[in-house]
Amino acid sequence: MSMSETTMPGRSFAPANGKTGPRATLQRRKRSLKHSKWPVLLLFLPPALMLFTVLVILPMGEAAWYSFYNWNGYGLPSQWVGWRNYQLIFRNGAFSQALINNGMIVVASILIQIPLALWLATMISSRIHGALFFRLIFFLPYVLADVAAGMIWRFVYDGDFGLVGGIAHLFGAEPPYWLADRDTAMYAILGVVIWKYFGFHMMLFIAGLQAIDKSVLEAADIDGATGLQKFRLVTLPLLGSTVRLSVFFAVVGSLQLFDMIMPLTGGGPSNSTQTMVTFLYNFGVTRMQVGFGSAVGVVLFVICVTLAFSYKRIFMRHD
Amino acid sequence: MSITFFRSRMFTTAAALAAAFSFAASPAAADSVIRWMHVEQVPGNIELWNQIAKEFEAKHPGVKIELQFLENQAFKAKMPTLLQSNDAPSFFYTWGGGVLKAQSETGALRPIDAALDADGGQWRASINPNAVSGLSFDGKVWASPTKSGLVSFYYNKEMFKKAGVDASKIATWDDFLAAVKTLKDAGVTPIAGGGLDKWPLHFYWSYLSMREAGQKGFADAKAGENDGFIAEPFVKAGQHLAELGKLQPFQNGYLGATWNDALAAFGDGRAAIILSFENTPATQASNSTSRKGLADDNIGRFPFPTIEGAPGVVTDSFGGLNGWAVTKNAPPETEEFLRYMASVDVQKRLAKDTQIMPVAKGASEAIAKPLLKEVAETLAKETWHQNFLDQDLGPNVGAVVNDVSVEIVSGGLEPADAAQQIEDAYSLERQ
Repeated sequence: MSMSETTMPGRSFAPANGKTGPRATLQRRKRSLKHSKWPVLLLFLPPALMLFTVLVILPMGEAAWYSFYNWNGYGLPSQWVGWRNYQLIFRNGAFSQALINNGMIVVASILIQIPLALWLATMISSRIHGALFFRLIFFLPYVLADVAAGMIWRFVYDGDFGLVGGIAHLFGAEPPYWLADRDTAMYAILGVVIWKYFGFHMMLFIAGLQAIDKSVLEAADIDGATGLQKFRLVTLPLLGSTVRLSVFFAVVGSLQLFDMIMPLTGGGPSNSTQTMVTFLYNFGVTRMQVGFGSAVGVVLFVICVTLAFSYKRIFMRHD
Repeated sequence: MSITFFRSRMFTTAAALAAAFSFAASPAAADSVIRWMHVEQVPGNIELWNQIAKEFEAKHPGVKIELQFLENQAFKAKMPTLLQSNDAPSFFYTWGGGVLKAQSETGALRPIDAALDADGGQWRASINPNAVSGLSFDGKVWASPTKSGLVSFYYNKEMFKKAGVDASKIATWDDFLAAVKTLKDAGVTPIAGGGLDKWPLHFYWSYLSMREAGQKGFADAKAGENDGFIAEPFVKAGQHLAELGKLQPFQNGYLGATWNDALAAFGDGRAAIILSFENTPATQASNSTSRKGLADDNIGRFPFPTIEGAPGVVTDSFGGLNGWAVTKNAPPETEEFLRYMASVDVQKRLAKDTQIMPVAKGASEAIAKPLLKEVAETLAKETWHQNFLDQDLGPNVGAVVNDVSVEIVSGGLEPADAAQQIEDAYSLERQ
């Protein structure tokens, strides 16, 4: 639309069939769009479409095809196993644990990370002294590569030489080994996830807060609203779309979580910290089960697509 | 005049260039580039390999050897695609076992039997037969053996002395468990374990099942006879491992510890025993906090104990077996080079300078360090060489064995269920 407007600005204003007025302009604009669409499409679409097909559509189709074979990646897949790979996935305890863990990450994001980010954002979005500094500090973890964060926190949690171990030694207590305990490892990871990504959500909220019209808040002030009332009745409703976007990112991020977990626990102990992607890697890639891994990929894809579309449909309809 | 001069100059130059190109081209056509893909990270070892390659190049004009490195995990992930492409290396590192077998079945590899049997079978006769048979499938040899290995117990002599344990008295599994108890009672952490990497604990299940089943029982299980891996010996092996786990013999947090962490625990003197590779004296030092580790004379070694009444014997050894696999389109000189690599003289140098357990007969005499010499002598007398199960049974079943070993020892899985999981996974491979 904007393309046709900018490339042929004069035409929409030049009456060709004698009709004038906004309606005629609209018709002409539609027609000029039709005329101008094809050359542009022909010029710009093929490269992108080809890349997208070769790098996205084809591999997806291939994965779907491989998922029906028992194949180790050598030669061509020949042993057709029907739905067996899919049955194995849903019988696999580690996969259900991975699903639960993905859910836990989403829940922790919604219950802890996003409120924390929102709270911090409301504090440092106004131009108070040092706000910029804190924004930078809180955003730093997000800038760090996931793998680096994982390695740093592996050291922090280490009971022998790490920070946690050091603190325990300081108090003369037996150092805990959170990452080595299947009951605590996932919570330790959740801590890292929240630490890593709250800054990102905080930035989203700061942007959202700055977009709120100051006059609305001033009006509330004049009406005698308390700080809490202002937040609950004015700020939060106006931030609704940002919150929904934030939750969406948390869900998508949880489904992608991989490179932080690998250096921390690799999915262990006893598969207690697998996510769907670490499950795919540990059970598909490292075991050279290309067929099985592809089936996991297909399941992950279906889950992602379903979640993303239904979330957008249900919660982000008006955004 | 000048024009013709220039023309003739140009002509001669062109002719000379053409001649030069054709001369350059003809040896280039005969030139063979042997591409050698490896996962070695120790600079000193690569230096020696380069030296060996240079010697070979000098003796074989027109042959060029290029070393190509890939990091271990990347190597394993990339190999399936690489082997089926035009960029396949001439020969590459292999751990033998299920992966090599799968590779051999695709037709991407070239068996080396013809070269082994050339000149009256000189090459074949010069190599430890266990090593050759360990890299053979379907009656053909698929890789040139280069080194062998042995997993055994290494212990801290001082800590044993402090706790009053005599390593030479540990002959059976019960003796071992008693030693673990004594160490624990003396306030010593008995064993260093790396549960995060999982495979360090699969050593226990593997050795125990080898001792319980014996060579024949193990072969039967692989062939799917007598109930395969759910047969009694394998359940019993799990039970023995669970017994060990109940004693809580490992350092704190061992389930989150990598193999390097475990070596560090042993090297720092924080744990008394480690079930480990033949190169432990070196690796415990490099991984220790001080980078010096335990002094060589403070480290002792004893073989994995036997189980009373079970068929496995103490000379049945468990350890790595590595070779070089040749790809289908490799230049014909590749085998010649591998033969050179496997010759007694080169193997002696490798054994001396890179501390490998050589596979060429008579090469182990080059080993000077007593702890390594002991291993070489044990390997020379071995009755059965079982390759690592995560190689031998293939990456998938191997991963299951690794998983269940950790689960059994940490009390998360019943031995019978563990055996069932292994059998379930392996039954698919037998098809």
